Amino acid sequence: MSEPDKETIPYHTLTNDEYEKVLALLGRKANATELAIFSAMWSEHCSYKSSKRYLSRFPTKGEHVIHGPGENAGVVDIGDGWVAAFKIESHNHPSYIEPFQGAATGVGGILRDIFTMGARPVALLNSLRFGPLDIPKNRYLMERVVAGIAAYGNCIGVPTIGGEIVFNETYSKNPLVNVFCLGIARKDEIVTAAAGGIGNPVIYVGSKTGRDGVHGATMASAELDASTEDRHTVQVGDPFTEKRLVEACLELIHSGALVGIQDMGAAGLTSSATEMADRGNCGIEINLDKIPLREEKITYEEIMISESQERMLLVAKKGHEKDVTAIFKKWDLDVAEIGRVTDDHIFRVKDKDQIVAEIPVKALTAEAPLYDRPVKEPRFQEMLLGLHIDGIAEPQSYSETLLTLLASPNFASKAWVYEQYDHMVQTNTVIAPGLGAAMIRLKGTQKALAMTTDGNSTYTLLNPYFGGAIAVAEAARNLACVGAKPIGMTNCLNFGNPERPETMWYLGLAVEGMADACTRFEIPVVSGNVSLYNETLGLGIYPTPIVGMVGLIDSADLIAHPLTPGFKASGEKIVLIGDTREELGGSAYLKIIHLQERGYPPNIDFDKEKTVQTLVREAAIAGLLTAAHDCSEGGLAMTLAECCLLSPAQVGGKVELAPPSIRTDGFLFGESQSRIVVTVKTTDFEQLKHRIESQNLPYTVLGETGGSGLDISIKDHPRASIHLSIDAMDAAYKHGLSDYFKDPAESD
Amino acid sequence: MCYNPGLKNLLVFHGTDFMHFGIVVFPGSNCDFDCQYVTEKILGEPTTLIWHQEKQLPDIDVLILPGGFSYGDYLRAGAIARFSPIMDVVIDFAEKGGYVLGICNGFQILTEAGLLPGALLQNRSTKFVCKWVTLRVESNQSAFTQLYTPNQLISVPVAHADGNYFLDPDTLAELENNKQIVFRYVDAKGETSPLANPNGSLGNIAGIRNKAGNVLGMMPHPERAADPVLGGIDGIHLFKSLQTAWNK
Repeated sequence: MSEPDKETIPYHTLTNDEYEKVLALLGRKANATELAIFSAMWSEHCSYKSSKRYLSRFPTKGEHVIHGPGENAGVVDIGDGWVAAFKIESHNHPSYIEPFQGAATGVGGILRDIFTMGARPVALLNSLRFGPLDIPKNRYLMERVVAGIAAYGNCIGVPTIGGEIVFNETYSKNPLVNVFCLGIARKDEIVTAAAGGIGNPVIYVGSKTGRDGVHGATMASAELDASTEDRHTVQVGDPFTEKRLVEACLELIHSGALVGIQDMGAAGLTSSATEMADRGNCGIEINLDKIPLREEKITYEEIMISESQERMLLVAKKGHEKDVTAIFKKWDLDVAEIGRVTDDHIFRVKDKDQIVAEIPVKALTAEAPLYDRPVKEPRFQEMLLGLHIDGIAEPQSYSETLLTLLASPNFASKAWVYEQYDHMVQTNTVIAPGLGAAMIRLKGTQKALAMTTDGNSTYTLLNPYFGGAIAVAEAARNLACVGAKPIGMTNCLNFGNPERPETMWYLGLAVEGMADACTRFEIPVVSGNVSLYNETLGLGIYPTPIVGMVGLIDSADLIAHPLTPGFKASGEKIVLIGDTREELGGSAYLKIIHLQERGYPPNIDFDKEKTVQTLVREAAIAGLLTAAHDCSEGGLAMTLAECCLLSPAQVGGKVELAPPSIRTDGFLFGESQSRIVVTVKTTDFEQLKHRIESQNLPYTVLGETGGSGLDISIKDHPRASIHLSIDAMDAAYKHGLSDYFKDPAESD
Repeated sequence: MCYNPGLKNLLVFHGTDFMHFGIVVFPGSNCDFDCQYVTEKILGEPTTLIWHQEKQLPDIDVLILPGGFSYGDYLRAGAIARFSPIMDVVIDFAEKGGYVLGICNGFQILTEAGLLPGALLQNRSTKFVCKWVTLRVESNQSAFTQLYTPNQLISVPVAHADGNYFLDPDTLAELENNKQIVFRYVDAKGETSPLANPNGSLGNIAGIRNKAGNVLGMMPHPERAADPVLGGIDGIHLFKSLQTAWNK
């Protein structure tokens, strides 16, 4: 067997079997550059070799879908000739090594995926996971990640309108940074990332190539070790260049001179050239002597796999080279014709007349290895599900318990974070961050888009199928609460090392749960990203599938008067739609109050979930609701507390209940799915009631809005009552997160 | 046509009955379309986007330097944009009495260009801040504020990392004496408390004008408070004040 010589081949990460396959495909020995190219393209990050067989389970078709997975971003039709392009992507490893640049370049990368489709980016969201904030390193990571996201998004002028942050020990050495972007385009102006037209010029635009990010894709495809000395593998972002690149690319796309365009993202020039050739079913020849460089003595391999930021590869129509050059020169960006489209299906790299690499395109794409990794249920899984609920005492004071939950960073106000993001630029933000799903209006139309990111890794750890399904259900429920109809979804699958059979067990079941939910709710998956090897020193993260979902709002009333969670006025009825069962397994209450992450997570009945969502969406459109809030983490008590805290007019609520047939903590803090709390004017109540009853849905009239606090009393159970002023709740809510970042010199 | 909502369905303007707005576009400007939407769609006035390399102005009545990150805020916010070719023309336009409105990064550029005194330092928190703030209208004796009442409290968003206005005591006294301080950050009661100040600016100053009254610089974004769907319209009166002034 021929052993690859690692001494002379620096950028090579193929296994021995993969190396043999390369030799077989080429019919000869591969040189160092070719091996670097194979290593990058066959990396987990680029090839999805471990996850691909699972991803085919996602439904990808639907009435709105124009481009499903496989393009830079998914594209859905939103009517009136407009389309939305969106995708979520991870930048986990780089953000642990260098949180500011790691997060910033994550934003830069996802933006490029959107505007290369011809769409102007109009919204950013993110989903972040960190370890507990009492550990200084975690505070540092979070502060710098937030600063990095802010620096890039603010500068480029795309509002960061929403997202979520969760803290759990499992992320201490593996923070997650998932970023979502959505762009808008005219339907007939969408472009794709396919090369075409034999003899057409291949053009490089944007920043010059350096050594930053060399090895990025392969780094993202391995566990991190004790040294985080890999900083050279993290790219450095320049949002100012990207802003000019956005404007120049959109100008070019609309000039008609373009055939196809792709971001030089993971594995840089290598992946953009080969993927474009692959989609166009052609070959590409590039000349390394023509690449704009900013470093001396950079090797062929380094040029091929550099992940220097803010670079694009495009194929233009022959004869339009001067138009392309003029546009990029206007924006002070480098532009260089570096090659041409060929008909021989070969990816050929040359330095002047010398051939540096010559590989059939399909060898890098279709022939990439696919693994059916071994799958095994973890031995401890049975133990995790065991929850001796009778051994858990109900709280002495429910008010104190609610305050403790409100003050925990998972529930506390995230204003410290989103006030660092420009969430208003572009003047479209109708529902700002902090209120559930975010919403932007589309100028010149009667439409708005709502967006949310969701995921619950504790549920996924305890039952990956339900964890995956609930992530989808909760995202759709958040959209229903603003009256939006889900039209498409993207996801980011953050898991541990796929070479561990246990990781693949979680991945397979989580995808199955998500796919089943998508199918039943008729929500197509149009794009996505898989991030494996989220492990440091052998410790993997909880399986963390994250869902990004987009909903459409066609009602002018719901745009002018958006539906939000806060109570609006006194004297309205508070109604809980859905059923509350004793479902404390995997709950935030068990984790934060009783320090247990175990038990069976909540069940989900897809049909009931869909009925509840449809009912609330239709009632919202009919103008029957004054507030709507998803009842999920933290349970009913938390939902009601948030309705008070998010009330624009500081309206409280009074709830009187008969003793529940289940444990009172299960009733107030349990996390049964398919529940939504709404408020309705008394005059509209009969209409709402009729709608609920005609769907055979369970509901409870909880009480009335009013007062300056939250009052929950349960008959014959005085200890279980909650009496808290909004001020008292707000003190816990407002400081729970921000106090961790308080400058000791500042006092207020 | 790319998705630029401001440019959609261009209205056709005739004659001289309209107040013509010009908005300078520097590389890195990102509130240019937002301002254009307000002047063109909400006010109904013709608006021209002017590339920073232009060496002369089209026939305009008001010039807006919009918010954003011109030149990425590299070196110092506004420090490089100040040397764009257009700035000679802007200075000339201002000196001849043309209305110039600098918002956020536009304010920073105006101070760098010497059209307004003082400097905008990094926020005291060292962090970018984006939120609605309350402003007190210090003076309605200007073309920009005549539709407000003195001491009126208005709600307008801020979004900046360098809004900490600073200047020497002598010039400050001069600004005070000439009633050149136009907006201050205040709390709900109208008091200039430290907590109401989002960036640590001297005297809670949010916006100032030049002595002649035709150049205004402000950190808050009035164009973000001009459309009811965005949660407030206190900013629209600034633009309408200009319309009123021009019509006289």
